[in-house]
Amino acid sequence: MQRQLANMKQSLFDQGYLDEQFVQLEELQDDANPNFVEEVVTLYYRDSARLVQNIDQALEKSPLDFSKLDSYMHQLKGSCSSIGAKKVKSECTQFREYCRVGNGDGCKRSFQQLKKEYATLRKKLEVYFQ
Amino acid sequence: MGGSSKNEVQKISVLIVDDDPLVRRVEGMLLKRYGLETKAVANGKEAVDMFLAGNSYDLVLMDMEMPVMDGPKATRMLRGMGVSCMIVGVTARDDEAEKAAFVAAGLDFCWEKPLSAQGVVAILDDLTKKLL
Repeated sequence: MQRQLANMKQSLFDQGYLDEQFVQLEELQDDANPNFVEEVVTLYYRDSARLVQNIDQALEKSPLDFSKLDSYMHQLKGSCSSIGAKKVKSECTQFREYCRVGNGDGCKRSFQQLKKEYATLRKKLEVYFQ
Repeated sequence: MGGSSKNEVQKISVLIVDDDPLVRRVEGMLLKRYGLETKAVANGKEAVDMFLAGNSYDLVLMDMEMPVMDGPKATRMLRGMGVSCMIVGVTARDDEAEKAAFVAAGLDFCWEKPLSAQGVVAILDDLTKKLL
């Protein structure tokens, strides 16, 4: 069982879903806070859901407010950094690049990819914490 | 340190200032692991209010972008009030000009988010030198 868990975790790192920050979180987990990592990940998905919705709504508007989009994405990127969500964070960076140059189609494409990575990571972490 | 009394070993006290509850939780846990006493608030105004209410801290970890009052403004206000404790900016912003402006607002220095164990050690090293 432990081995299965270790393999699952290693795979998340090998596939680039998680980075070193996740390890840091696990190192903070102890007997007094046995579910710390799961709690933090839950907090991440709860708070980031609001940001994802805001970005979705902002991308519906015309013309696009790139400054607002960038601000939302900066917040989301920060949250991703806090749990080590590497792929999602990378998509945040890509999105912000598109914002910087005012590429609305690029933003929309990038956000679709981001949502895919976000959902995939969520599923994988749900299995990991079961 | 943080209001010590005679014969009592006081923990280093830290005020975490960040609008992201996730960051407050993670940074709080990380600092507690190093034996630090922490208090967290959600924006610069709440941080200023803590000091106006007579609280003192050995260290403030200040986020840059926050609603109500951002990090640079809160830092300028705290320094203007005579707050001399260490204030470290913790930001994910990668714009060097923005970070330089943040430092110029009165930070001791800036550290990149997310705050790591290595970051805490570096900050504590600096803080220890400052307190001695």
